[in-house]
Amino acid sequence: MAELSDQLLLVAILGYALAMLGHAAEYAFGAKGAVARVALRSPRELAAVGVGSASGGDLPQQPISPVRPGRPVHPPRGRAELFGIGAVVATVLAALAHVGVLVTRGLAAHRVPWGNMYEFVLAVCLVGAVTWLVVAAMRPSARLLGLFVTLCLVLLLGFAGVVLYTPVAPLVPALNSYWLKIHVSTAATASGLLLVGFVPAALFLIRTSYDRGRRSFPASLGARLPDAATLERLTFRLHAFAFPIWTFAVICGAIWAEAAWGRYWGWDPKETWAFVSWVVYASYLHARATPSVRRTTATWIAVVGWITMLVNLYVINFVAVGLHSYAGLD
Amino acid sequence: MNAVRMARASWRWLTSMRTALLLLFLLAVAAVPGSLLPQRNVAIERVNSYLARNPELGPWIDRFSFFDVYASVWFSAIYLLLFVSLVGCLVPRLRQHLTALFAVPPDAPNRLERLPHHAGGLERDGDPAVNAEALRSALRSRRWRTAVRSHPDGTVTVAAEKGYLKETGNLVFHFALLAILVGVAVGSWFGWHGNRLVVAGPDHGFCDSLQQFDEYGLGARVSAEDLPPFCVQLNDFSADYLDNGQPVRFAANISYEDGGAPTRSVQVSVNEPLRLSGANVYLLGHGYAPVIRYTDRSGATQTQVAPFLPEDGLLTSQGVVAFPDANATSRTAGQAPAQVAFAGVYLPTVPADPSVGRSAHPAERDPRLMLVAYQGDLGLETGRPRSVYELDQGQIDSGRLVQVGDAHMMRVGESWRLPDGSTVEFLGTRPWVTVSVRHDPGSTVVLGGAVALLLGLMVSLAGKRRRVWARVEPTGDGRSLISLGGLTRSELRETGERNQPAQSGFAEEFARVATLAGADATERGAADAPSVGVGKVADG
Repeated sequence: MAELSDQLLLVAILGYALAMLGHAAEYAFGAKGAVARVALRSPRELAAVGVGSASGGDLPQQPISPVRPGRPVHPPRGRAELFGIGAVVATVLAALAHVGVLVTRGLAAHRVPWGNMYEFVLAVCLVGAVTWLVVAAMRPSARLLGLFVTLCLVLLLGFAGVVLYTPVAPLVPALNSYWLKIHVSTAATASGLLLVGFVPAALFLIRTSYDRGRRSFPASLGARLPDAATLERLTFRLHAFAFPIWTFAVICGAIWAEAAWGRYWGWDPKETWAFVSWVVYASYLHARATPSVRRTTATWIAVVGWITMLVNLYVINFVAVGLHSYAGLD
Repeated sequence: MNAVRMARASWRWLTSMRTALLLLFLLAVAAVPGSLLPQRNVAIERVNSYLARNPELGPWIDRFSFFDVYASVWFSAIYLLLFVSLVGCLVPRLRQHLTALFAVPPDAPNRLERLPHHAGGLERDGDPAVNAEALRSALRSRRWRTAVRSHPDGTVTVAAEKGYLKETGNLVFHFALLAILVGVAVGSWFGWHGNRLVVAGPDHGFCDSLQQFDEYGLGARVSAEDLPPFCVQLNDFSADYLDNGQPVRFAANISYEDGGAPTRSVQVSVNEPLRLSGANVYLLGHGYAPVIRYTDRSGATQTQVAPFLPEDGLLTSQGVVAFPDANATSRTAGQAPAQVAFAGVYLPTVPADPSVGRSAHPAERDPRLMLVAYQGDLGLETGRPRSVYELDQGQIDSGRLVQVGDAHMMRVGESWRLPDGSTVEFLGTRPWVTVSVRHDPGSTVVLGGAVALLLGLMVSLAGKRRRVWARVEPTGDGRSLISLGGLTRSELRETGERNQPAQSGFAEEFARVATLAGADATERGAADAPSVGVGKVADG
């Protein structure tokens, strides 16, 4: 079972890499993806769509970025779109293999498959992949984001497989609690959602700097991205969904800490960074709800939030001395 | 006068959202150094070793409380300012919300077609009052708050509002933060803790009093008499390990006397503390305590149980066994002081190559005790505080305490004859555990606050504030002309940026309301929406 899990990980990484290639092909050949099609429609045509079909159906939704006069827009029918759809199919298959990685790992270890850092990163990435697929199904116009989501997944999973890999083993006594099922799974869920939330946040910043006339890298990537408002709204939705889950995970961690270490909060490095992330994401939600704060400023806060999550996962596990030393790293 | 104006200005500054955001950001940044530098409340020994390693920089860091970040003046200042800002922001909002809860929704704007969601042009039988009343009761049964107003020109308007829960959740979330702060304060005033190492056996139990703890901390409002009376004794400790040394299970068998109740025995493990009436007992660590019998030159024997501290995950342990009263008879005879102590390393499982000096497994598969004997003056009379786990290096350096012979490796039951004719015998080991005894009366408040916080957060993020208006106008022939308009609060707020319906699912809801009114709903396109109509609503 353990070997099967390791082999499936390779399959999943290859699947995500393939999806990344597909998205890249769509990005390269299909001038602007589905958004361009909507942008070509006249406002009159949109008004006629009416209430009934505006929110459902296969049409990409408003808002629409105004078409810039003088910039050619190619309706991306045909080959490019096929690449994009193929990429989503590859992501689905990779995600299935990814589920297999965790299931076989759990069967081999006779426990939930998130008992060390390697398994935790696998779980976070799986949540990220599933979240991304849900987003892609609900917002076909955002499909191009898959290029960046799968890039993140390939990097995180590759690092996990090469550096973090830990052989299957039972839990250390400190983790042997039903809170492991609750605290770590919700922490992984929130992290996975925030991972996917980070992608449109970063792309929104790229897109806005492109819209302001910047053409150097990375603003140059902005040309073919979905319009800024769509990215911004997606960013907010994902963060607003993830934040209560993260809050719940931190609260569960505190309850568990009370049972295991005698105090609900002790400023252990992991706790401190969970707090830092919570405060940063709370700032993002407040900044987003404050009209006087620019949307780019708010989104920068979300990006900082994801950086604090990465610091908590990688830097703290490798560097800091604390009670949360379950990574299985020697 | 000027002072009042300045006070007002600074209060406005403090309670503004920008300031709150700045303070939140500062709070996040201020928390970081505590995770990078060792903290006194977490690991004081690491702070001391940091200070020893950095004699130049260390005291400066210490001067700015970077070893006590979370109790420091600047960290407290940030969160207290944040909470003052929060209260300053919440109280007016609470008042506003309470007013809004009892207020009637505002009247319909004149031109409903300028709202982001609009439907109109439907004629219906019956006069406006009847149709308006029908729509109102339909909306009310769908939990909209409604108000019907008749105008002089015969028009009847229905105003409906929904989503007060959003602001309620928002306020609950923020007040819950205050409750958590109160809970933390209660804990730091009335809570206490004590840590202690307990060796197995009836002769090493302890009762709950300050002298019995190796280390303790009392809250500001707790005195030594407030500690509840109970006694705890470690009967046995067992652990299971994998072959690679990874622990799988720890269990301590503990008997306790709580108040006047008879003695009871329980299993305590890492995630299952012993919960007593006034305190909880948590299992933190464990190790081995070698039992050593020493027979001095005069033939007097003493036995010591000396807890050795683990140095690695495989429980290579170090410690000291001291016999300060040894050779007392020879001392009185005018000879040099001949106190005896042994510095030791205990290996629960000796490695294949014993010169490695590290245990091969944490369980006692093939235990060895390596002792180095010292004789002379242990330096106990100097009065300096010293560790019971190491010898006083100053005494060794000054030659007052001298190593006798070479290091000696012993199995259980073996004895070693020192050059002066005294003998030392390794009788075996006893397990020990470290326990933390804690009481935090604020934790229930904090838990309640956390639950309220989460519920408030979910309600405030999921809730949607929205308004719908209907104008029911008489056509003159006994029929009514109905038009509808609606908007969400976020649309109201975002009108400055874009004039388009937000994708909040309101379109479907508005369509359902339009069906109730019997009207055909149409949604406005984005391109030609003027902001005047919406702006008017925002003003009113």
